Amino acid sequence: MNVRIPPQGPRLTVKSEIEIPIGDRHETEADRRSHLPLTHPRLPRWAPALVATLAAATSTLLALTLGWGPIPWVLVGVLLTLVALPLWARAVEGSRSAKDRLVTSLVWTAFGLALVPLVSLVWEVLGNGLGVIDAEFLTYSMRNIVGEGGGIYHAMIGTLLVTGAAAVISIPIGLLTAIYLVEYGGTSRLARAITFLVDVMTGIPSIVAGLFAYALFVLFFGEGIRFGFGGAIALSLLMIPIVVRSGEEMLRLVPHDLREASYALGVPKWRTVVKVVIPTALGGIVTGVTLAVARVAGETAPLLIIAGSTDSLNLNLFGERMMTLPVYIYYSYTQPGVPAEYGQERAWGAALVLIVIVMALNLIARAIGRRYAPKTGR
Amino acid sequence: MTTTTTPARTPKPRQRRGDLVFSGIARTAALVIVVALAGVAIFLTLEGLPALDAPPGKLGGASNIVTFIGPLLFGTLLAALIALVIATPLALGVALVIALYAPLRLSKPIGYVIDLLAAVPSVVYGLWGIAVLGPQLVPAYLWLDRNLGWIPFFAGPASTTGKTILTAGIVLAIMALPIITAITREIFTQTPTLQKEAALALGATRWEMIRLSVLPYSKSGIVSAVMLGLGRALGETMAVAMVLSASGVVTFNLISNVNPSTIAANIALQFPEATGLGVNALIASGLVLFVITFAVNFTARAIIARGERRLR
Repeated sequence: MNVRIPPQGPRLTVKSEIEIPIGDRHETEADRRSHLPLTHPRLPRWAPALVATLAAATSTLLALTLGWGPIPWVLVGVLLTLVALPLWARAVEGSRSAKDRLVTSLVWTAFGLALVPLVSLVWEVLGNGLGVIDAEFLTYSMRNIVGEGGGIYHAMIGTLLVTGAAAVISIPIGLLTAIYLVEYGGTSRLARAITFLVDVMTGIPSIVAGLFAYALFVLFFGEGIRFGFGGAIALSLLMIPIVVRSGEEMLRLVPHDLREASYALGVPKWRTVVKVVIPTALGGIVTGVTLAVARVAGETAPLLIIAGSTDSLNLNLFGERMMTLPVYIYYSYTQPGVPAEYGQERAWGAALVLIVIVMALNLIARAIGRRYAPKTGR
Repeated sequence: MTTTTTPARTPKPRQRRGDLVFSGIARTAALVIVVALAGVAIFLTLEGLPALDAPPGKLGGASNIVTFIGPLLFGTLLAALIALVIATPLALGVALVIALYAPLRLSKPIGYVIDLLAAVPSVVYGLWGIAVLGPQLVPAYLWLDRNLGWIPFFAGPASTTGKTILTAGIVLAIMALPIITAITREIFTQTPTLQKEAALALGATRWEMIRLSVLPYSKSGIVSAVMLGLGRALGETMAVAMVLSASGVVTFNLISNVNPSTIAANIALQFPEATGLGVNALIASGLVLFVITFAVNFTARAIIARGERRLR
């Protein structure tokens, strides 16, 4: 920035649209230089793109001549951009702007870096899993299977049963708690304490939930207890806080006019809640519940502890070990059996199925949320 | 939570029986949650206590419960620390992109993509970490060992499978990132527009605007977001259990084959085959993990709650 402030103070000039006759112009060269410019020099809009392209080109050249892999190639390209753009900005625009451009580049780099694992994960799971999935994979259990073949039928049924049981336990408790917090608790000490505890409960490690279920049932059934319902208890400990949080949020969105209109008609409070408040918030509640189910469907650690693992189909929640998809993935990869590649292939296939289930639940939840969103708020 | 609701004005004639029953059921459900949380502490303590006076030799080589849990606790904290060191700057960057840098119509889909990161099950992260990330990192570990071996963290010998605590920390960072991002971006967008525009009107660049108005406003929010991410990283099980080749030592060497295990991963690995006092010892270690994560989450939520009260 070459701002020269003339000794007599800044003189701002405004360019006039009106043509001034040549003869009237008395401006000399020195005079013109003494004007304080209204704009200071800026890099053109396409400057970042240009720098990035040049950096990429340089990096490609280096990569080709030195034989680098893709990772150093990207790394050098990004680093070159991070250095070159602020330097150019410093030369033209000044140091403050250079710092700004550096931070902008850094922030976008962080964003790109955060996307790398997601893209890589989806790519690998699709690439390794797609070839495995066929009719047999989806309809056979692992009973009497050594080596090739077999499938995830028993694990899918197990996940369905355990997650379903967890939902049956958590949804009533979670929703009723949300109703208590919004409709009855008000600002009482109990309501505030429960809100806080629910928040803290969302942070319980999943493995601790599994240990809790084990420690609870071992008192009744003795050591080494493994059964599906225990897994459902562990999962509901993780699911309840999510249901409460989303349910509470949705109930609070219901306008008060609706409740008061119902009271004015002489409807008791409990019928108002059941017939007016809940139907109004139903879309949001279903969204929250679906997201909660998606969250616990992928939980592994508690099921590893209390539901155990088995090769056969088990339809009884209350007896014997029960296989679930996440546990299946874990054991298929870490204990793949003698020709290791078959077990590991099955792990990738099961991972793909699990991701598809979880993502589908997420998408369904969002679709419901958008469709039935309350018209007020947001 | 910020919405202050005026309690519905109930008609006060006679208490109808239906109302009494319904409010009673709702209150019971709420109390069930308190009981469940207390139950976690009580049952873990009940089942963990026998391990306190376990004779030597029953705890897998450790002489008593303290020397059993100590190295595990060290590993847990080390892995979580690595995860936070990596995740925090990245998460703040992503949150800034979503809240302030990306064009408005892009920021929503971007936020959705980051939420997808949180939706991926942890066992799939474990699978990806052991099969893809680990092998990819081996050349980097070899390079670190050769060139930076004089730093104790990279003393080596470098692992040839990539199953190191640094890999586990990176996977944990990826899992903690969406949590930190979700909370910080919420707080960034809550910064009063007037403050931001005032800074810009005074000629501040975008970064100066962030430094002068956004960051001071959201300081406590960032702290609590990082602590919630810490809670996630401390308790994460499967990713670590699959990625790490653990041997229960205490070392700061991040890239070798010999790594400290974490409490959660150790439970997942040992529990299926544990019997007798071994089970009790694992439950006792789970109790320690529960207490630590509870304390971390409690502090984080308390900071958030205090911030909300101040804003009101």
